[in-house]
Amino acid sequence: MTETFYEVLRRQGITRRSFLKFCSLTATSLGLGSTAVPRIAHALETRPRTPVLWLHGLECTCCSESFIRSAHPLTKDVVLSMLSLDYDDTLMAAAGHQAEAILEEVRAKYKGNYIVAVEGNPPLNEDGMFCIQSGRPFVEKLRETAADCKAIISWGSCASWGCVQAARPNPTRATPVHKVIHDKPIIKVPGCPPIAEVMTGVVTYMLTFDRIPELDRQGRPKMFYGQRIHDKCYRRPHFDAGQFVEQWDDENARRGYCLYKVGCKGPTTYNACSTVRWNEGVSFPIQSGHGCIGCSEDGFWDKGAFYDRLTDIQQFGVEKNADEVGLAAAGAVGAAVAAHAAASALSRLRSRPGTDQPKGED
Amino acid sequence: MTDHSMANATGVDDDAVAHAPSIKSIYVYEAPVRVWHWVNALAITVLCLTGYFIGSPLPSVPGEASDSFLMGYIRFAHFSAGYVLAIGLVGRAYWALVGNHHARELFTLPLLSLAYWREVWAMLRWYSFTRPYPNRYVGHNPLARFAMVVVFLLTALFMVASGFALYGEGAQEGHWAHLLFSSWLIPLMGQSQDVHTWHHLGMWVIVCFVILHVYAAIREDIMGRQSVVSTMISGYRMFKK
Repeated sequence: MTETFYEVLRRQGITRRSFLKFCSLTATSLGLGSTAVPRIAHALETRPRTPVLWLHGLECTCCSESFIRSAHPLTKDVVLSMLSLDYDDTLMAAAGHQAEAILEEVRAKYKGNYIVAVEGNPPLNEDGMFCIQSGRPFVEKLRETAADCKAIISWGSCASWGCVQAARPNPTRATPVHKVIHDKPIIKVPGCPPIAEVMTGVVTYMLTFDRIPELDRQGRPKMFYGQRIHDKCYRRPHFDAGQFVEQWDDENARRGYCLYKVGCKGPTTYNACSTVRWNEGVSFPIQSGHGCIGCSEDGFWDKGAFYDRLTDIQQFGVEKNADEVGLAAAGAVGAAVAAHAAASALSRLRSRPGTDQPKGED
Repeated sequence: MTDHSMANATGVDDDAVAHAPSIKSIYVYEAPVRVWHWVNALAITVLCLTGYFIGSPLPSVPGEASDSFLMGYIRFAHFSAGYVLAIGLVGRAYWALVGNHHARELFTLPLLSLAYWREVWAMLRWYSFTRPYPNRYVGHNPLARFAMVVVFLLTALFMVASGFALYGEGAQEGHWAHLLFSSWLIPLMGQSQDVHTWHHLGMWVIVCFVILHVYAAIREDIMGRQSVVSTMISGYRMFKK
């Protein structure tokens, strides 16, 4: 069923002669000897492309929308040449039982060798009844499909953290993938949606090197999520100088100053927007004059307004930020101190100093 | 009479000194403790001010971005003072090991001692005006000691840990602050924004502590039975009656 890389190349009209030239060139550019050429050719002739099963839980398909817009590499190359996308209910032509049958088939045939890409997440309330696919809860389908896979890619903030459907009060108990599947390596690619090139970049890395990219402690690929937006923001000099957009559409906004004061979450958001950017590197939110909303961060929907610098503290049950809570506390303490000082002075006036002390104790 | 007028003119009055009550004093706070206290106080002042202006920056600076580095300097001052606070705490912890037993009061609480809680109760009664006079304490009074450990020390440790966790984000992976703090504290608390919020709240806890600390020190100096403010300068605790 799944073709090898060689078969794909031949199908796309590349001659065997060109293929062998490509193998020689690859060996030369890697600094390998002539004996490596047949081994590279052999690997490309025999290794099957990795099957990928792309599942959709509770989601809005923005991850897919982003993915199909990848420019480097082109999505067509990823989907048609690099991997074998065997199941994706949004993109595939098959439907009904025919479509569902492939899940079982891949599971049996490529046991331990396929990748499950999950877009969205399973809701766990009411036994998962809030997301039904092919007549049963999505969470069951996810558990079964993931049981024999090599690794899981959690596409987007839904699969990685929960995103909007998991925002307070999370009525369906939408739950990110890593809290449902515990025994498989999970690569989180958060973002709402993730950047197209980040998505295809992660897939390309896994296919090229046959291993998962280096992950940080929270399971995100370090190469794309190792730095904050703020660390590579082109408006950073305005931040360091102390030049801020004070309010929307003021003169500073027109000058392209830092959006820190109007709530830009760049300083707390790990993503590649300020380096990779969007739409073939055309722009990204800050470049178009709007602050980062922190869409690749855990629980970004529950941090109050996107336009506040200091975000709300939910623990206090009221929508107050740290300064409001702190100032109230400091004010209360100050008032208490002033009252206590007044009472102390009064009590001191009433009883003459010295008379209230115990005698003969020194 | 002449003596009296001389004393009025010169301030020299040996006779009055000879008849004055003698005051007992005990050396309580050794020099490293006193130096640490004031360096620490300065660091906290700088940290609170600069920290506030990092969260709520000053009005924008006019002119070219390359002409100014205001936010940069504010952050630099904050990070430097943060290092001073952290290294100071380490030095203070060392002195708790090698200094006199009063130096250990900041780090330990005799929670299991009934006598300790009785003294805490006595202090609470003194502060609530239901006791006419306080007891005399050589080191911290038991209530102050409780506040020092539970409010000051724990908050300071949290501020150091969360502060370096945030610092490590900018310093990025490979930096010791990222390895020791950012890598575990940020996921533990949710995400970076949450750590910012709690770090901010921590500042207000410290501000509340400072208000109470300064008030209680001055009040005890006036109304209590031992010196407090001058003790942190000279090291000697003096007992009035």
